[in-house]
Amino acid sequence: MPSAIRVRDLVKTYPGRPPVEAVRGLELDVPVGECFGLLGPNGAGKTTTLEILEGLLDATAGEVEILGLRWDRDEAAIRRRIGISLQETRLPDKLTVRETVTLFRSFFTTGLTVEAALDTVSLAEKSKAYVKSLSGGQKQRLAVACALVGDPELIFLDEPTTGLDPQSRRQLWDVIRALTERGRTVVLTTHYMDEAERLCHRVAVVDQGKVIAIGSPAQLINDLGGEHVIEFSTAEPLTEVVQAKLKALPVVHSSRPEAAGMLLTVKEPHRALPALLDFLRENGVALAGLTTRTATLEDVFVTLTGRHLRDGEGQS
Amino acid sequence: MNTPLLQLTLARIREFYREPAAIFWVYGFPILLAVALGTAFRNRPVERIRIDLPEESASAISLKNTLGTDPRLDVVIVPMTEARNRLRTAKTDLVFTPGTPDTYLLDPNRPESVLARNAIDNVRLRAASNQPVAIEESMTEPGSRYIDFLIPGLIGLNLMGGGLFGVGFVVVDLRVRKLLKRFLATPMRRTDFLLALMISRLLFTLIEMVLLVAFAWLAFDITIRGNLLAFAVLVFIGGFSFAGLGLLIACRANTIETVSGLMNAIMLPMYILSGVFFSSERFPAEVQPILKALPLTQLIDGLRAVMNDGAGFGAIVAPCAVLAAWGLAAFAIALRFFRWR
Repeated sequence: MPSAIRVRDLVKTYPGRPPVEAVRGLELDVPVGECFGLLGPNGAGKTTTLEILEGLLDATAGEVEILGLRWDRDEAAIRRRIGISLQETRLPDKLTVRETVTLFRSFFTTGLTVEAALDTVSLAEKSKAYVKSLSGGQKQRLAVACALVGDPELIFLDEPTTGLDPQSRRQLWDVIRALTERGRTVVLTTHYMDEAERLCHRVAVVDQGKVIAIGSPAQLINDLGGEHVIEFSTAEPLTEVVQAKLKALPVVHSSRPEAAGMLLTVKEPHRALPALLDFLRENGVALAGLTTRTATLEDVFVTLTGRHLRDGEGQS
Repeated sequence: MNTPLLQLTLARIREFYREPAAIFWVYGFPILLAVALGTAFRNRPVERIRIDLPEESASAISLKNTLGTDPRLDVVIVPMTEARNRLRTAKTDLVFTPGTPDTYLLDPNRPESVLARNAIDNVRLRAASNQPVAIEESMTEPGSRYIDFLIPGLIGLNLMGGGLFGVGFVVVDLRVRKLLKRFLATPMRRTDFLLALMISRLLFTLIEMVLLVAFAWLAFDITIRGNLLAFAVLVFIGGFSFAGLGLLIACRANTIETVSGLMNAIMLPMYILSGVFFSSERFPAEVQPILKALPLTQLIDGLRAVMNDGAGFGAIVAPCAVLAAWGLAAFAIALRFFRWR
C-alpha cells in the first residue's frame, strides 16, 4: 500500500537554556486510507510532530515525506492535497458559518461545494449563524469543515475533540469515520484513550518525543500480556514483602502499586481472582475494595512509561 | 466569483462593519472630536462689561447715557448697598461713583474689573473729545478660523489611526488567533492576503474621508479650496504610508499588548509634535528638521496648504515624497521580517 506519510529519524530541538528536545528520533509510516492516531500526554511532542508533518514547523533533522512529496521542494503541491485543523484556531467571530467555509474554499482550485462541506459536519442548518454563537462542538466541526472543503487526500486534526462534551465528540467521530470510509487518510492527535480505541486503525503511543509503541489498539492491549485488570485496595498498606510475593504469583502478568492497593494485569480473571483472594487470606490482608475491567490504552501507556497519560495536564 | 482576493477582502469588510464599536471609533470619534473642539474654540461673542452706578449719585442717568454709546457696556443704576453686594457676588464687574475725584469700586484681582475700568475711562475720554466710538470688525471668514486649522489635522489623525490600527492591530489579532497560521496551512497566496488587507483599508479610508469632509462642510462650512485631485492624491499616499507603518509594527508582534504599545509609541509623539491641534512651528527651531521629517507633519502641512490656502499639486510634492519614503521603507522592512507562523 502506498504511504501517505513517511517519517524517518525526526528530531526537533527548540533553542533555549537548556534546549528543549521536543521530538527525539521519531519514525512513522502511515498508509493511505488509514485513520492514524498519535496518542500521548500533553508535552509528549504530538503537536510538534504534527506541525512538522503539516509543514508549519521546520524539523531540526530527519526525513519527512507527505504523499510522496517533500516540504522543501513541493510545498505548493502538498498544500493543495492536505487539510488541517489546528489545535486552537479562533475563526473570525463575526463571519457566518457559510462565509467562513466559503473563504477557505476560495483558497483551493478544486474541492467540495460549501454546502457539501457543511452537510458533512452537520452544520447546514447553522450556515447563517455567526461563528461567535456556535457551541464548542459546533466550532470544532466548523474547523473540520474548513479542513476538508478542499477535498484533501490527507487530513490532520490536532486534538479535535479536546474540551468537548460526549455528544459532540461522538458527532465528530462520525465525521472522521465518514472520511476514512471515503478513502481519505486521517492523522489525529488525542489524549483520550477511548477516542483512539474507537476511531483509529492504528495508534502510535508517543512519549518524550519518541514512539514507544505502535499498532492497532487491540494489538497494543494484547501485547500487555494481560487484557484484564484487577484493582484492589486494602485496609492496611501492603508491605513490600507482600507486594513482591504478589508479583510472583503465576496468574499475575504484571503489577504496580496504586494509591491504597495494587493494580494487576491478568490473562484469565476466572483463575486469577480465586488465587488472589486465597493469597490475601493467607497473608492476613483485609480488602477494602476490588474491581475488575478490561485493559485500555491507558494501561498500555502506564505499563510502558510508569506514568498516567493525563499526568502532564496543564503543560503544552 | 470566488477568488481568494475577493473572499479575503469581503471577510475584512464584514468583520469591520459587524463590529459597532469599531465603526464608532473609526467614523464617529473624529467627528465628535471636531464638534467638541469646534465648539470649544468657536469665535467668541462680543464681550460684555457690566457696570453699576449708585442711584445716590446725581449724574447717574446722564452718565448711563454716555457709557451706553459703547455697545460692550451693560450699565445698571442701583442703590449703593445693592451695588456693593452685586460686586461681591460677581454679578457686576465694577461700581463707578462719579465725583471729584471719581471712585472705582473694584476687585483688582478680577481681570473683568480692570477691563471695566479701562472701558469707562476710554468712553469718557472719547466723549470729552467728541470722538465717536470705534467700530469693531471681527475676522470670521472661512479659512482663517481655528476649526479650519483643526479639520486638516483631524483628517491627518484619522489617516494615521486608520493605517496603524486598521492594519497593525488587525494583523496581530489574526496572528494571536492563530488564523494567520491557519491561512498559511492552505494554498492561499500571501500576496492575496496582503492585497486584501490594503484594498479593504483603502475602501474604509475613502468612506472616512467622504464623511469627514462632508461633515466639515455641513457643520463648519469648510471646503477644499485648492485642487481636489491634489487632496485625493495626498490622502491616498498618506493612507498608504501609515498602512505601511501599521504593517511594520505588526510584522513581529505576537501579542495585542506589544502592538498597542508600539502603536502608542508612534502615535502619541506625532499627536503632539505634528501640529494637529496647534502649529508645530511653536516648537524651537532646532527641532524643526525632525518635526518636518515626521510623516504626520508632512501630511497635515500638505492638507492645510490644499484645504485652506487653496494650493495645488505644487504644495504636495514634498509631503508626498516624504510620505512615500516612509511608506516604502516601512513596507520593505515589514515584508522582509514578517512573522507568518
